[in-house]
This record gives sequence, C-alpha cells and structure tokens, in this order.
Amino acid sequence: MLNSLGREIPEYIEGIGTLEPFQGALTKLRKGWMDEPTIPAPNKAYLPHQSKLCKTLEEAIIRSNPHNGMTVSFHHHLRNGDILLVQTLTILHNMGIRDITLASSSLNECHDPILPYLQDQTVTRIFSSGIRSELGKAISMGVLDTPVVIHSHGGRVRCIHTGKIQIDLAVIPASAADCEGNATGSHGKSAFGSIGYAVIDARYAKQVIVVTDNLVDFPCIPLSISQNFIDHVVLVDSIGDASRIATGTTRITNSPMDLRIAKLAADVIEHSGFFVPGFAFQVGAGGASLAVAKFIREKMKRSGLKGSFMLGGITSYCVDMLNEGLFETIFDVQSFDAVVSNSLLNNRHHIEIPAALYANPFNCGCITNKIDVVVLGALEIDVDFNVNVITGSEGRIRGASGGHSDTASGAKLTVVVCPSFRGRIPIIKKRVHTIVTPGETVHVLVTERGICVNPAFKELEANLRNAGLNIKNIRDLEIEVDKITGIPAPLEYTDKIVGIVEYRDGTIIDVIHQLREREV
Amino acid sequence: MKTFRNRRTMLYIPGNNPAMIQQGGIYGADSILLDLEDAVALNQKDAARTLVRNMIRVTDFYDAEVCVRINHLSTPFGLADLEEIVPLQPSALRYPKTESAEEVAELLAIIEKIEDKHHLPHDRMTLHAMIETAMGVQNVFSIASKFSRIDAITIGGQDLTADMNIVYTADGAGIDFARKRIVMAAKASHIDVIDTVFPDVNDEEGLRKETEYAKRIGFTGKAVINPRQIDVVHDVFSPTEEEIRKAYRIVKEFRTNSKAGIGVFAIDGKMVDAPIVARAEYLLRLANVIIE
Repeated sequence: MLNSLGREIPEYIEGIGTLEPFQGALTKLRKGWMDEPTIPAPNKAYLPHQSKLCKTLEEAIIRSNPHNGMTVSFHHHLRNGDILLVQTLTILHNMGIRDITLASSSLNECHDPILPYLQDQTVTRIFSSGIRSELGKAISMGVLDTPVVIHSHGGRVRCIHTGKIQIDLAVIPASAADCEGNATGSHGKSAFGSIGYAVIDARYAKQVIVVTDNLVDFPCIPLSISQNFIDHVVLVDSIGDASRIATGTTRITNSPMDLRIAKLAADVIEHSGFFVPGFAFQVGAGGASLAVAKFIREKMKRSGLKGSFMLGGITSYCVDMLNEGLFETIFDVQSFDAVVSNSLLNNRHHIEIPAALYANPFNCGCITNKIDVVVLGALEIDVDFNVNVITGSEGRIRGASGGHSDTASGAKLTVVVCPSFRGRIPIIKKRVHTIVTPGETVHVLVTERGICVNPAFKELEANLRNAGLNIKNIRDLEIEVDKITGIPAPLEYTDKIVGIVEYRDGTIIDVIHQLREREV
Repeated sequence: MKTFRNRRTMLYIPGNNPAMIQQGGIYGADSILLDLEDAVALNQKDAARTLVRNMIRVTDFYDAEVCVRINHLSTPFGLADLEEIVPLQPSALRYPKTESAEEVAELLAIIEKIEDKHHLPHDRMTLHAMIETAMGVQNVFSIASKFSRIDAITIGGQDLTADMNIVYTADGAGIDFARKRIVMAAKASHIDVIDTVFPDVNDEEGLRKETEYAKRIGFTGKAVINPRQIDVVHDVFSPTEEEIRKAYRIVKEFRTNSKAGIGVFAIDGKMVDAPIVARAEYLLRLANVIIE
C-alpha cells in the first residue's frame, strides 16, 4: 500500500505486525483521542527496609528475571561515552539469553561491540531513534531478520504507552543515586545533565536497575528518577567514559560554510514574522544549527527582544542566553555539556523534563507544540521538502530521527540548515532515500547557495522576499547543484526491508531496504 | 573603464584549492581574488594556473567581481600566467610588487598583445596595482594616475614591511605613511584603494579596529583571507541607515535646487555644496540606492 507521500509500505511484517501508512502530519491527532490502548504500568511491592543494593550489575540482572525474548531498554544521555549497554548485553549473552529486543533511545558508535550479538541472534529486534557506525552498516546490509524500528523521541514514549515496546528490564545509568534508586544526571563525576529520556522506562519497565558510580546519602536530590519505580541499585566504578559524556562548553563552529548558512538562517528567522517578543526557540547542538543561536543571540541583544523558552537538546550556549535574560526558561530533555549540568542543578528556570512532556504526540500537549522556531539539520532534503536524517548518501543507516519530526510538526517555523552538497554528493534530491520528516512540516531550507521556501507558505515567502533575502525555487537550486556535482548513480537495494521509519504518531512514513553490495 | 563597483572586500582564495574556489562566490565578498602568487608553492604554480583557468570557465561566482593575482613578470611564471588568464578576461588582474609606471606600461603591452591575438578589446579587463615595496610607495602616484586600465591600487602590508626590513605590528605603525600616501595617490587618480589583509582570523575586534582605521584614512575596501572576516569589513564600510537617509535627502534637495539654479544651499543649518553632494552620491551608490 502507498502512504500519502507515495512510499510503498507493506501491510504486515513478521515480527513487527500490521503497519498503518502515514497519512499526514496531524491527520491522526485531529480527533483528540487515540484508539490505541494504553497499557498499564506494572504494580510492584517492596518490603520496608528491604535493600535494593546489588554488588554487581550481573547480580541485579539475575534478580530481574532475565529470559529469552525479553526487551531491554537504555537511555542515551551518556552519548558516545556509554559502557553499560554493552556490559548488560554481554552479561545476558553469557547467561545464554537469546532473542532480545533492544530498546535504546539511541545507539552510538560506542555500541559497536554488540554487533556479534546481532550476528548470533542474542539480539533479534531493535527499536531506536538513531543507529550509527558499524551497527548501522551491518543492519543496512541485512544482519537482522526483523527490520529495526526507527522512532522519534516523542514516538518512543508513545510506543511504550501503547505497548508496542513492552520493557522487561530497564538499565538506567545515573551520575548520582541513593540506595533507594532516587537518581539524577545533574551531578557527580559522570554528570550528563537531564535524564529525560529514561523517565518513561523507569515508569513502565517490569524491572528497573539504576546503575551509578556515585552512590550518595539518601535522598539523592533532585529526584529526576524517583525510588518508587526502581527495583535494584548498583554501584560501579564507572558508568562511562567521562570525556565522551559531556565536557566543557560547546563551541561555535569556525567553519566559514556553517557560519554562512547560520547567518542566512538567522536572517530568515528575523524576517519570518515569528521573531517577536516571547518567541520560543529550539536549535540543535551541531555545526550550522548551533551557530544560528550565535546570530540570533546577537540580533536579540541588538533589538532588545526577549524570548519565552528554549527547548530540547541544551548546550552551554542556551544557558548563556538564559543567564543573559534573553529567554525566561529552558526546558531540558537532553544536555550536551558540563556547564548545562550545573545550570540544571542550580537555576530554577532551567527545568528538566521527561521525553513525554517534550514530544509525545499522544497526550494533552507536549512542549514541542509550543515552539515558534526550530532549526534542524538534514542528511538529505528533496524538492518536496521531505527530510532524511537517518540514511546517508551511500544508503546506510547512519543518523538519528531524534526529535526532528516532533519539533518540525510543532513549530510555526521549521528551518532546515544544510550545505547544498557534501564532498561531491548533492544534498538536495528529487526524492530523498528515506523520509523521516514530512515536507508539509518544513517551511524553509537554508543552504550556502540560497534560501528555499516551501511553496505552501506564501506569506512567509513574501516576508522573506520583502526583506531582500536571496530566495530560490528549490527545484532550480537542485538543478544548480547537480550542475556542480553531477548526479550520483542510483543506489541498488534488494526487496528485503531492514528498517521501518515510524512517524511520531506510529504510522509508517517510510521503509529502508537492504543495500545490495556493489562489486568494486 | 571606471564603472562604479562596490569593493568593500576582496577575498583571497589560493589558486591551487579547488574546493575553496568552487565555494568562493557563496560568502558575499564583493570581489574574489584567485591567487597564483604567494599562496601557491613553487612546485604548484603550473597546476594552480591550469586549475584557475578551468574553474573560471565553469564556476558561478554569483555577484562577485573575479580577479586573478598573477606572478610578477620577473619570475618564471608571470608570462605563462598572462597567456592563460588574459584570454579569459576576468574582471581584473592584480599585479604584485608594482614599482613603477614603466613596468606597468610593459605589462599592459604584453596584455594587449595577448588580447589582440584573441580578438579581445583592451577596455574590458582592468588592472589592480599592488604596492608592496618602498619603491612602489615612492612611485605610487605615477602608477595610479597614468593608466586608464588601472581602476584600483592596493597595499600589501606583509611584503612591504619585509622590504622595509621592519616587523609588522598590530598597530600598523611601520606602514602608516605608506597607507596614507597610497590612499592619496588613489584619491588624486579617482580610483579605488584597498587595504592590506588582517592576518589574525580569530581576532574579530582587532579586524574591526583596523578596518575602521582604514576607512577613516580613505581606503574604500579591505582584502580578507577568510570568509569569516567578510561581515565585519562589510559592516564597517557599509553606510549606516542614518547616513543613507541623510545622503538621500542631500541628493534630492540638490537636484531640486539645481533645477532652480541654486548651487549652494543649507540642510539643518549646515551648508551643502558640490563636495558634500559628491560624498552623498558616493554613499548612495555604496548602498545601492537609486534616486529616480
């Protein structure tokens, strides 16, 4: 069957179930309630003064009823410094546990060591918002029989609420915790800031293990995760490589290209009609996206304009803007550097939020619904403004859906920033390899070679033209770039589906086919 | 020959770097300077020349003026540069270490001979003389004033200090006389005058300070070595909104008064005469403001 973006979606996939095709960004949400059932969180009991402390992670896992076919979940707040996901799967593998569903909020390069467990069917299914490096490569080549499910951050919460992901064991690293399992990421030697993605896991998993390298006296404050959901607590020497978790401050790029794109994007925002007192703003942490914050900060200071809140992945740059009074509040679901942890701990206007409040579409209103302006990146974008952030130009899974489609769907102005080509590969396509975010939720593309406005937003285009910005038709820009780079040969795929991309409402926006190996 | 053009920034791009040349036009510099001289190692000269030749043919530099800095004719590369680049007729050639009107005449004779061979006019491509030796500074007025094809002169701070056997300092003390002499020669010849580069790409404040000084003493633009420097230089050299409004008012009033045969008049109690009007017209051209 075809979804509304013309992508062929199978009706049923073994190991996944029946699939519902994407029909539009807000189509499913309009009636105000959802037909999907809400599964109950488990009821548990603990006796007074019973100890939750376990000597080792292995002991805690043994006490958590490990079994074949179980689902194990993790958060990715430790980013590329995480070591506990690999340790946990290794313990389960050594116990002979098979057929595990891995439900990590994202997977990074540091998780490459679990590849053998995919090959020997210790792990047979994966739900995640992102997959990178060797894992992404192997999955793209078909290492798993069942396709991986790529969801957004908000979509993951929905998956857990509705029982699509039923977690048997959640392993939650925390930079500080007490003996009852009250836990946080905001202090300790391995501080990583907000622990927002793990809150839903703690609430719904049948068994929850908090792992910390910093066992503090009861109570651990703040109670980012609270003890009433926690079964076991483990003290370890280290929860991860601190140098890769969150260090120092985030620096603005020096790349002239990124700065050029960012400056244009800031000009777009300034003249869009949405750069008004009280505006709500979200930017990413990398390259051109973060650099937009630098130029917006300068524009806000020059004009004296003050915003309402910043949302999302939070950097020290956001914290500086909060401290300068440019914004009233930060809602922080994920923190990117050490300074952010300090702010989260000490500034009551810097608020830690769970992923459900951040972006879950199946509730009475997540905060992404309140965004005025969001700046997002792209691996590819097509002439219909559909965005791919999951598969690279070579067709491999190498990115993350993250909060991309969540924020785009909520924002009044979604600005996608990316170079028009990378290396020799054009980024603007007639048709992206994989759609993650539908073009109907993307307002503007900003590249170094011009600004393209989605033709659905006429008033916005008029505003930007009146401001004298260099507006190009996206189809013309695609041709202009193709003239520079040439048109790459099409990728070759088999019929096997290796990944399905869920839109945030659970409908299927695209599928990823197995790459056919090329003879070199 | 002397058509008005904004030359607030001239972005140096090494002639042997295809990626940088390809992206040269996207940063909004008024001029792109494809460099075959100091930015290119001796063993890369031939490759750079061929690359620049080919890239000029196929690359869209958008609205930027395209200039090529060739090697001096006293080197083994200068003549070959001319033979490859002149037929392409970029907006301008920049000639390094220009020291006398005689050598400019010699250079122009060669250029025109090549143009004749390719049936090209002599008035399309202009020449920028780069003053970067003590001798060049001494002879700068005759260089700037004698040739209609020269529409800009520039100062090369690093080479000039080397020639003077002094150390280049951030306050520019050693080249201050040269700067002012070159500016005066340009003003007397009614051509553009471009300041030398600011070498520290991470010092935005230093760049702004030096650019403001250059503007104050009469330079019309500044060479830049990194796209990150463009915005600061444009910011300094672009007229402010208040300046544009005032200039607009002056020119409008001037035209109205001219029709009535009045040459000197007052605005807000201050006398306005021909030089003030000329300055106002210059500011409006810089701001791309057209008065019907």
